[in-house]
Amino acid sequence: MDDFDDIIKEFLVESYEGLDQLDRDLVALEDAPEDRECLDSIFRAVHSMKGASGFLALPKLERVAHVGENLLVPLRDGELQLNHDIADGLLGMVDALRDILGNIEADGSEGDNDYEDLTARLATLLDDRPDGCDAVPCSAEAAGGLSEDEVSEVVAELNVPAPSSLEVNDELAAKPQRIHATPRPLKKLNKATKKVPPNSDTTRVAEQAVPEVSDSQSEEPVQKPVSDVGKVAEAPTPVVATAASQSIGNSGQTVSRSLVEATTKKPFGGSERSTSLADSTVRIDVELLDKLMNLVGELVLVRNQILQFSRITEDDSVIAASQRLNLITTELQEGVMKTRMQPISNAWSKLPRVVRDLASSCHKRVEVCMEGADTELDKTILEAIKDPLTHIVRNSVDHGIELPDVRVANGKTPEGTLCLRAFHEGGQVNIEIVDDGAGINVDCVREKAIEKGLISAEHAAGMNDRELTNLILLPGFSTAAAVTNVSGRGVGMDVVRTNIERISGTLDIQSVQGEGTTLRIKIPLTLAIVPALIVTTSGDQYAIPQVSLLELVRLEGDRGRDGIEFMHDARVYRLRGNLLPLVYLDEQLGLRACRKRGDHDEVVNIVVLQADDRQFGLVVDAITDTQEIVVKPLGSHFKGLSTYAGTTIMGDGTVSLILDVLGLAQKGHVLTEQRDRVHAQGSAGSADQSCDLQSMLIVDPGDGSRAAIDLSAVARLEEFGESQIERSGHREVVQYRGQIMPLIQLESGSSCGASQVEQSRRHTVVYSAGERSVGVVVGKVIDIVHDRFVQSNGELPSRCVIQDRVTEIIDLRELVGRTCPEFMAN
Amino acid sequence: MPEPSRVKSPPNHELPQMQKSKEQLMADKESYCTFRVDELYFGVEVCQVQEVIRYQHTTRVPLAPAVVQGLMNLRGQIVTTLSLRERLGMSPADADSRPINVVIRTSNGPVSLLVDEIGDVVEVDQELFEPAPETLQGEHRELIRGAFKLEGRLLLILNTSKVVSIAAHESCQIRNVG
Repeated sequence: MDDFDDIIKEFLVESYEGLDQLDRDLVALEDAPEDRECLDSIFRAVHSMKGASGFLALPKLERVAHVGENLLVPLRDGELQLNHDIADGLLGMVDALRDILGNIEADGSEGDNDYEDLTARLATLLDDRPDGCDAVPCSAEAAGGLSEDEVSEVVAELNVPAPSSLEVNDELAAKPQRIHATPRPLKKLNKATKKVPPNSDTTRVAEQAVPEVSDSQSEEPVQKPVSDVGKVAEAPTPVVATAASQSIGNSGQTVSRSLVEATTKKPFGGSERSTSLADSTVRIDVELLDKLMNLVGELVLVRNQILQFSRITEDDSVIAASQRLNLITTELQEGVMKTRMQPISNAWSKLPRVVRDLASSCHKRVEVCMEGADTELDKTILEAIKDPLTHIVRNSVDHGIELPDVRVANGKTPEGTLCLRAFHEGGQVNIEIVDDGAGINVDCVREKAIEKGLISAEHAAGMNDRELTNLILLPGFSTAAAVTNVSGRGVGMDVVRTNIERISGTLDIQSVQGEGTTLRIKIPLTLAIVPALIVTTSGDQYAIPQVSLLELVRLEGDRGRDGIEFMHDARVYRLRGNLLPLVYLDEQLGLRACRKRGDHDEVVNIVVLQADDRQFGLVVDAITDTQEIVVKPLGSHFKGLSTYAGTTIMGDGTVSLILDVLGLAQKGHVLTEQRDRVHAQGSAGSADQSCDLQSMLIVDPGDGSRAAIDLSAVARLEEFGESQIERSGHREVVQYRGQIMPLIQLESGSSCGASQVEQSRRHTVVYSAGERSVGVVVGKVIDIVHDRFVQSNGELPSRCVIQDRVTEIIDLRELVGRTCPEFMAN
Repeated sequence: MPEPSRVKSPPNHELPQMQKSKEQLMADKESYCTFRVDELYFGVEVCQVQEVIRYQHTTRVPLAPAVVQGLMNLRGQIVTTLSLRERLGMSPADADSRPINVVIRTSNGPVSLLVDEIGDVVEVDQELFEPAPETLQGEHRELIRGAFKLEGRLLLILNTSKVVSIAAHESCQIRNVG
């Protein structure tokens, strides 16, 4: 039974691949209905599935494939032109087949659905064609009059879908009894194949592939090479084996229908290319590759040790051998790494189908173009981005690209374009999904985000378009007016982002309203091996992933002493005019007590790192090297430690820790939520102008107007009750922190007198200069805004518009100087 | 962090590279890999021990619990080494001592326990076993399942799943003890 399970498994894998290819081919065929090669490929795929399903006793699968095949025959013979309806029908058949395969995979049965609708629909499509002749090309003449040459062609054809011929042959070698069962008619094939010229593909493959199999069959009175060839004809895949067995079981006919069909396919040609492609690949378990990869890693370590020994020896032959070992190991390492790499087209292949179905259900017209489909990335990463990509593409078609008449009205072509682009850049893979649709309406996004309570109105007011656009990545966000089966449930983009971040990628959205949207995904080439900077601190080596590395700064001598400045306890370095906060690695790791003012290192090595959108300098003892490191996870004993991202084994066999830049930044208090937010807004502003932002306190002076006070001049905001207010001469005063603090009224700029409006609580802005403070009483504190207020002449205007209100800008220092001259004099 | 009681690694009768008992394992007898830590004589079931290796260079892990001696490269696999002295609340060993690694299998991969000296694999009668008395208190109680009353000395049996389960946040507490 195990054998049978294996066959089923193999069949499933092959069939899934076949179905993916079918999807691609059918969509391609719709654009070019005359493409013979494409039609043949479709026909072949459906046919071999049908044959295999008959052999494996899967009647439903066989029937669905059969009606599909019936429809394909007139298409292939040119009696029928592929149109949208037929393509829909055939794609429906592909879905049904996939459905059944899924059921078989899940529980071994074909499921309860009998697909009556589909078969009826396909039958109707078939009846609609002009000529109603029989669909199945089962002609007795062809079967009877088959020459040996034709049979040899059949054999060549049988090799076509054989990507895993090696495996199967080995299996057969291990089970001679199955080979003995090779029935008579196949021997005829054996003889026939003798006629194949020795340099043909079939013969070559046979000799390469199955030298050992022949022994197990040596009892058969057939010459060795012939039996080899014959076995290849039988062996390659279960599918092919099925085709052969079918022919055998059909004792009434010398050559079965399937063989005839295989032969009749010949005139259309074009199968050579796929033959060589299929023969040149072997399917391998990823687990085995991982194991190989680990072994190669070990070999690299041994190589490094040997190289170290060879440096101290003077024996030339040892040196030569170790150098060769070095070369070969490096090549082997590269080779094994390559086996894990796959072109991104594997993840893209199903997207045209997704787009086609979606576009037709939304009555849109979308063309998909792909650039850089051969860009390679690690298999695990490829798997991880498949779903996010599908989701993004669905979003683009559903929300992005407009209906054809809307597009024409906007001066665009009725057909929208969805462009998938992939390329390598800086050790990362960039994937862009570009549509030329309506773009993202930022106002709409803002409204929705506020409505759903994702951000506050004040916060939203301070955000630029790019930040607003990226709001769609928040959980629970959806601008779709109605929930459709396509999208609108508001979980999508959040999940997309989470999935991408899980493989340490980033997602960025840029959108120009009316012109389209670009989603850019940046992901590492591979998770297993990353380029890293090796640094030393307190005698230990640590690795820092280069993704977050910006630059290295080394300060020596006087600069080491004077370059580091203190902002109270915090140390900073002036990097091109900006203050770079410094974090000392040895202090963060608890290996050394905090340095005090006056402690100076002779040499300071600063690694400038990027954590989120903050930059900080990590001070280390020495910078050793850059190296490609193999990332290994940290054990369960270290789960609570955010400072490490993993471990790695260095060239000399010692273990080193990989630093987690984000965790380190958090531990060093470089990243706190408050700071982060302010900075995010700061960076947005400085992006287009290098002018600093100012924070303004917006208050109501008490008369309903608005005034803004530079927040940097404000020491504190206080509230004083009526009972706290005392009088001193003509002035109101309060006792504040052991001092007598005079109060002045902002409204008139005058001192608070008895005539002032009585308030139960007085909102007071405290202004401090030196030891003394003055309280400025305002009606109400409204908000704090961050914006650019300084005019081109470097001065603050006296009035400006903030939050759509005319606002008077108040210079607190000037106000206090004017109203409390005695305060300033002191 | 609450640690679920770990499932013991499946019994693997491949004995470690050390003196094997000539007799077959019997129903009422069990083999223990023994070692010395400070003045105490400990044992771990042989089937839990993957191998015993001499002192290896380890990479320290700053900020980790004090019990964690460091990380060791065991033929390409990174293994955490734990100081049994630290774990059992004993005084640290002399600076120049070279502890031995007893690598045991756990559900989270191999973990190495550092011991002062390795002993024989002994086979003991299960009838000699007695659980720890109530007077053994504190956090060390759960680390020791009980003892075999051998002639002249006690063989303390470690509860390895408890010994290797240390959450990172315990670090301060353990540091103080040490």
